[in-house]
Amino acid sequence: MIYLDNAATSFPKPEETIDSVHHFLTFSGGNPGRGGHPLSIDAARIVFEARERLLSFINGKHSERLIFTQNGTESLNLAILGLVEEGDHVVTTALEHNSVMRPLDFLTNSRHVQVSVVPCSASGRLDLKALKETVSRKTKAVIVNHGSNILGTVQPLDGVREAIGDKLLILDACQTIGNIPIDVQRDAIDVICFSCHKALFGIQGLGGVYLREGVDPVPLKFGGTGSNSEFTEQPSSLPDRYESGTPATPAIAGLLGGLNFIDRKGLNEIVGKKRAAAQRIVEGLRRIGGITVYGDIDRGDHLLPIILMNVDNTQPSDVGYACNRADISVRVGLHCAPLAHKAIGTFPGGGVRISPGYFTNDDEIDRLMEVMKSIVAR
Amino acid sequence: MSRDRVHCLLFATIHDVLKAEKRLKRGKVDVEVVPVPRSLSSDCGVCIKSSEPAHVLVSLLGDIAGLRCFVFDGTEYRQEGLSESK
Repeated sequence: MIYLDNAATSFPKPEETIDSVHHFLTFSGGNPGRGGHPLSIDAARIVFEARERLLSFINGKHSERLIFTQNGTESLNLAILGLVEEGDHVVTTALEHNSVMRPLDFLTNSRHVQVSVVPCSASGRLDLKALKETVSRKTKAVIVNHGSNILGTVQPLDGVREAIGDKLLILDACQTIGNIPIDVQRDAIDVICFSCHKALFGIQGLGGVYLREGVDPVPLKFGGTGSNSEFTEQPSSLPDRYESGTPATPAIAGLLGGLNFIDRKGLNEIVGKKRAAAQRIVEGLRRIGGITVYGDIDRGDHLLPIILMNVDNTQPSDVGYACNRADISVRVGLHCAPLAHKAIGTFPGGGVRISPGYFTNDDEIDRLMEVMKSIVAR
Repeated sequence: MSRDRVHCLLFATIHDVLKAEKRLKRGKVDVEVVPVPRSLSSDCGVCIKSSEPAHVLVSLLGDIAGLRCFVFDGTEYRQEGLSESK
């Protein structure tokens, strides 16, 4: 099987990830922060270490402000639903995933929130001039997709910050974390939302959000935290305020393993290998002909290892089916980003997304090209 | 302050307990993470136990919000003001 859907979730996982999850489940499967017995404390130490390591990875300042969630979508829901209030104005972009657009749609209907969507070019570049013009005194927050999940385009954070001034920036970094260095202090990111099972090499069931000091959303959920148990009111201390309920400790252990893998290999080595694979795929597709590759022609540092393509006069689903039969996993459709597909002209049919990972090798890419040639020749 | 008296440090979250443990161990302070004594809190969590003088503990942890320091004199616990511990 050739797996080329790493933008959905990375696979296979490194040995470090698997070993870390296995070790937790075998030797320290307690519920963190729920009791004073050794297995509970062991589990809490794993959560603590993962939080500190992840904080360092994004250069945050306070580890208690790094909140674990179930996934990137929950992180975005916490930020958006917890910060945007009745009648607020919010600016976002045409590149957003439905994990942003659907909470905003809910707020439009339930809290009379006004949403302005800034356009992007066909190559996925955000119109920074339009962004600047759209932000007004009334704007409560600006929600920006850092890296497109269909085109791989990465938005320049310095340009975004310049355009929005001191407005609250909520960054969707689900595709970029682990693919490009992120520094929340340098880049003046107020809220960063991400998943941990893609380029961080964790397992599914874990996301995160980092809240700058002074940014205090209303919690998305309320309940037991293992702290302040004598009171029925939600604790105000972080991270407990936002982490009610038993956390996904096996996934947090897996994240630690993933971060260990990144440390061992080096982020530059990992990113370089993925970019080289993406470059080889793009060049191969272009040589075949009869294929449209969307986005920027020259794949530079501003692109993630994500390629969107279509075979001329062929439905993406037919390409996906042919790939399935050849034991190749790609993702077809709209990728939960209908506005982005509209912007580049691939709505409603969508496209075929190919996202190589660190473990993708040249033989697999060559096999993909053989299959694409056979599809084009039909 | 006598070294034979035991201090219990209580925090608002398990995260702060472990943050404090890390700092104290880095400062070569001998500590143990133990269940919170029932007489101090009905919470189901853990606290830090140490026989180091309170001013040593507080100097390393004083910036952690919600820190409470108790001293056990062999009979009962008594809360110490953090400023007077310094």
